[in-house]
Amino acid sequence: MIDVENLTVRFGPRTPLVVKGISFTIERGKSFGLVGESGCGKSTVLRAISGLNRNYGGRISLDGKPLEPERSKAFFRDVQMVFQDPYGSLHPRKTVRSQLIEPLRNQHLPIKENAVSDVLKAVGLDPGLGYRFPHQLSGGQRQRVAIARALILDPPVLLLDEPTSALDVSVQAEILNLLADLQKERGLTYLLVSHDMAVIAHLCSRVAIMNGGEIVEETGIEQIRSGHVQHPYSQRLLSASRAYGKQEMRPVEVMNSA
Amino acid sequence: MTEPLIDVRNMEISFAHGFVKAVRGVSFQLGREKLGIVGESGSGKSTVGRAIMRLLPPTAKVTADRMTFKGADILAASEKQMMDIRGKQIGLILQDPKYSLNPVMRVGEQIAETYRLHYPKAGRKAAEKKVLEMLEAVKIRDPQRVFRLYPHEVSGGMGQRIMIAMMLIAEPEVLIADEPTSALDVTVRLDVLALLDELIARRNLGLIFISHDLNLIRKFCDRVLIMYAGRVVEVLKASELDNAQHPYTQGLLASLPSIENPPARLPTLTRDPSWLTQPTIGVPS
Repeated sequence: MIDVENLTVRFGPRTPLVVKGISFTIERGKSFGLVGESGCGKSTVLRAISGLNRNYGGRISLDGKPLEPERSKAFFRDVQMVFQDPYGSLHPRKTVRSQLIEPLRNQHLPIKENAVSDVLKAVGLDPGLGYRFPHQLSGGQRQRVAIARALILDPPVLLLDEPTSALDVSVQAEILNLLADLQKERGLTYLLVSHDMAVIAHLCSRVAIMNGGEIVEETGIEQIRSGHVQHPYSQRLLSASRAYGKQEMRPVEVMNSA
Repeated sequence: MTEPLIDVRNMEISFAHGFVKAVRGVSFQLGREKLGIVGESGSGKSTVGRAIMRLLPPTAKVTADRMTFKGADILAASEKQMMDIRGKQIGLILQDPKYSLNPVMRVGEQIAETYRLHYPKAGRKAAEKKVLEMLEAVKIRDPQRVFRLYPHEVSGGMGQRIMIAMMLIAEPEVLIADEPTSALDVTVRLDVLALLDELIARRNLGLIFISHDLNLIRKFCDRVLIMYAGRVVEVLKASELDNAQHPYTQGLLASLPSIENPPARLPTLTRDPSWLTQPTIGVPS
């Protein structure tokens, strides 16, 4: 569904590359996870794919067709994005309803009478919430609205940038279930970016581990679950994610002065 | 147990003239141990931590049958007395070093400022020497260089070490850590926690560790208070979290995604109104 070949991104001329030529392929209807620590470039990759950043090198193709850096309007009907912070990504002074129909209006699509209530129901919200403002919703409800906004154009691909990291674990569980259900119902393709290995492991079938702007390892989820990762960085990241709440903590290493 | 470091009985905190009750009837005692406070956002866990430091805004109304630090009443203390307690006796480590450090002051000078505030007789040279020792104690390599850096020049993990150094330099007996590692990556997080653990053990401090992360608390703390909607619903040993009695605690634990064997669906919480009134499970010692 999505093909990324030798993607490079830098911010400004004569600066080092932030994303150093990465390639991966996502199959239709599958979830692909991009995991890494802050600053490794995972969100930058997502922004390049989504068209938010046009200054990239390399090739990105959707459904076999290569994309221009300047995305066409039709592209956004196929690919929508859900952002990390549901507090920041909704317009504070527009009702839920008016922000949900905005994508339809931008695409000059007919606005069906029950489009908003249908999509709210699809994400498990009461259609009556359409008349509320974001500040009248809880964090979990807002993230559901953000997902609804992405879904209203019925795109086959969703780009998810840390969709649960601003939420409590109990609410995170609800959103992860919702994303899994939606994928099953609609056959969506997900590209999920997260720093949380457990979230990735829950939702994705393939995982790429990024460090310093490169994919150090791409592997199936079974290898992650059984702990059979090859690259030293993947092993370190995985063992740190697992050490949580289980074995003894690692002894302190003297930190490299960054 | 000998006299507790902090003793809180029936603490109530309300905002907006009593319309919003953020904390309702919280009691606990802290000895020389690591006490975790867990709960979702809005459960009042940070408010409890700040109330002990008397750092809540004046609109907050705090009452308690008893709220003492080593026998001294915190509620009745004057602002002048509080200045002596804050930092010198009880230190507070905040979540995000990026926002908690002064961006236009070298980190070494910020740490020295704390030291000289609490030890006004110390000279500039003596303070600087102490800061360098402290930076070494939090395992920062090349303290001389880091001393002269500004907060934007250090990484998140190093920033949090600097915060810890700043809090420990005045040698408090109690540390309140409010989500000290939530802003850090997992690999860095473990380093900072291990460091905190070591420093607490060596100096024999009492720690209140506020976090929403159950796995972390389970690993790091001796005892856990579970807060829900401003109340402590359960108190138990961290090692016994798996045998938690309260449905809320059980629900929180079950909703964590797991790497090894993820369930097809994550169980979600069904909130029961009776949780708001039930007495605390476990002995509030």
